[in-house]
Amino acid sequence: MSSPLLAAVSWTVPTVDYHGLAPEIVVALGLCVVMLVDLFLAERSKWLLASLSGFTLLGAFIPVLTLALDDGGARAMFDGRYVIDDFSLILKGLFLLAGYVVVLLSTTYIEEGEYYQGEYWVLMLSSILGMMMMTSSRDLISVFVALEFLSIPAYMLAAWRKRDAKSNEAGVKYFLLGVFASAVMLYGMSLLYGVTNSTLLSDIGASISGELTAVRIIAIVFVIVGFAFKVSAVPFHTWAPDTYEGAPTPVTAFLSVASKAAGFVALVTVLYVAVPEGSDVWQPLVWVLAVLTMTVGNVLALRQTNIVRMLAYSSISQGGFILMPLAVAAEGGAGGAALRSVVTYLIVYAATNLGMFAVILTVSRKTRSGEISSFGGLFGYAPALGVVMTFFLGSLAGIPPLGGWIGKFSAFQAVLEAGTGWAYAIAVIGAVNSVVAFGYYGNVMREIWMRPVPDANTMPIRTPAQLVLALAITTISTLALGVLPGVALHFGDLAIFAGAFAG
Amino acid sequence: MAAAVVPTTTWYLILAAALFAIGMTGVLVRRNPLIMFMCIELMLNAVNLTFVALATELTDINGQTAVFFVLVVAAAEVVVGLGIIVSIMRRRQQATADDLAALKG
Repeated sequence: MSSPLLAAVSWTVPTVDYHGLAPEIVVALGLCVVMLVDLFLAERSKWLLASLSGFTLLGAFIPVLTLALDDGGARAMFDGRYVIDDFSLILKGLFLLAGYVVVLLSTTYIEEGEYYQGEYWVLMLSSILGMMMMTSSRDLISVFVALEFLSIPAYMLAAWRKRDAKSNEAGVKYFLLGVFASAVMLYGMSLLYGVTNSTLLSDIGASISGELTAVRIIAIVFVIVGFAFKVSAVPFHTWAPDTYEGAPTPVTAFLSVASKAAGFVALVTVLYVAVPEGSDVWQPLVWVLAVLTMTVGNVLALRQTNIVRMLAYSSISQGGFILMPLAVAAEGGAGGAALRSVVTYLIVYAATNLGMFAVILTVSRKTRSGEISSFGGLFGYAPALGVVMTFFLGSLAGIPPLGGWIGKFSAFQAVLEAGTGWAYAIAVIGAVNSVVAFGYYGNVMREIWMRPVPDANTMPIRTPAQLVLALAITTISTLALGVLPGVALHFGDLAIFAGAFAG
Repeated sequence: MAAAVVPTTTWYLILAAALFAIGMTGVLVRRNPLIMFMCIELMLNAVNLTFVALATELTDINGQTAVFFVLVVAAAEVVVGLGIIVSIMRRRQQATADDLAALKG
């Protein structure tokens, strides 16, 4: 048997497209600068680090725009292992903007805490860099590395308040289950590699067709189960509520929006590019996951009294709606519509959920409480916050003309396009769940508008400038996406994988 | 004299599957965070063994490349994981996964 090492002697230097990599390079340089500057700053001027991180993310947005305006088509590097196409650019933009809003949310929270600040920003930027790499990865190895690159800093962020038992617990639960999921996913990947003799997703897609052997089925199932942990799909969701409640609130916003979206990006890439022909295996699996995720998430959200924990279950249930079109993505022409709806939903969900956390952070600066009852009478003493929060709750519930509505609409549209019995079944279950979800969103609305203020403390809330900006960005996006649904759907339309996917 | 037994790729794959199964059982059964973490490392190394065995069988370099990445990432995970576990142990000696129940519902 000849050594595989000898087979690889003819090695050519790969060409690197620096324009294509520019967004990643900007973030990588930015995080190095933040790390170095942190060493030389006095404690009272640490606020500079937040601005520096914010500017890094906005700066990286410029090459994303120039790449989007460049009509040269998709750019592939390293034999198609790293691809910059419309899909990846839209999601890179989403991660950068979501990251920027999280920076705004974190600024006052981090400054007022008694923990190290520099590390927080460095970890946040590295996690965002991992997410950006995830959108372009088209190879098992780069998908794995990007997934770990975004997860490992997130474990540390969850445990960032290291003298707080709850934060520790959040970190250790997230870490153990996250690493366990990676191991399961990797085992699936190693089997995929074994049956297809390639780690390149498009090669795997070309090899897997026809009869599905037992090994192929196990490989596909293991990979999907690994991703199901990352997107906190039921029954692999157990870490999510505990981690969301225990982690610092801005980190929770980050995990529930960006980290979850990155998990979906990985899942979609693998399903569409690597195993489109394995749909007999993954369609039923994703169907069951989607139904369980939206139903269990909803039912458990109904009985929560802590708002962050309620949002954790709500975000699990929203994940079920994102999974829903994927459960029928291989039927007829539903693939394109399903991909479009996933991207649309992720954009809308990011705007709404980040806004929700912005309100919670602002209000809890006054009430120092995470209970839903602490929002009682909010409209009375902080009318603007009350109205804005109602918008976000309505958007999460999917009420037109708010952003969440267009996300749900495109998800149902994709499912109905498939038109099979299973598709109609999941559409009915989804519709019932949308109504149930109004139970807990409506409950918070009732607190805001109709209940008395719990401790009769009606001092107005002082909102820091960064939170005002975050609230403005998210409110405008949520309203604009709902009133002008064409915007979100347009981005969804662009999001077709170059070359690898036709349908 | 019996002929020398030459291990084939199948042997390695079965060994890897067994290691993976042992690691997985360990994570699900044991309650000490450190032991659970060791079991996860066992699972990752089972993956490495699978990759190497398959790379040799297929005479392809990619499987061996994957192992390097898995090793490096696993090392990074150890650093982070031990950091988090130590910060818990420092507060509470002998903590098991069942004691970590401040957050529930």
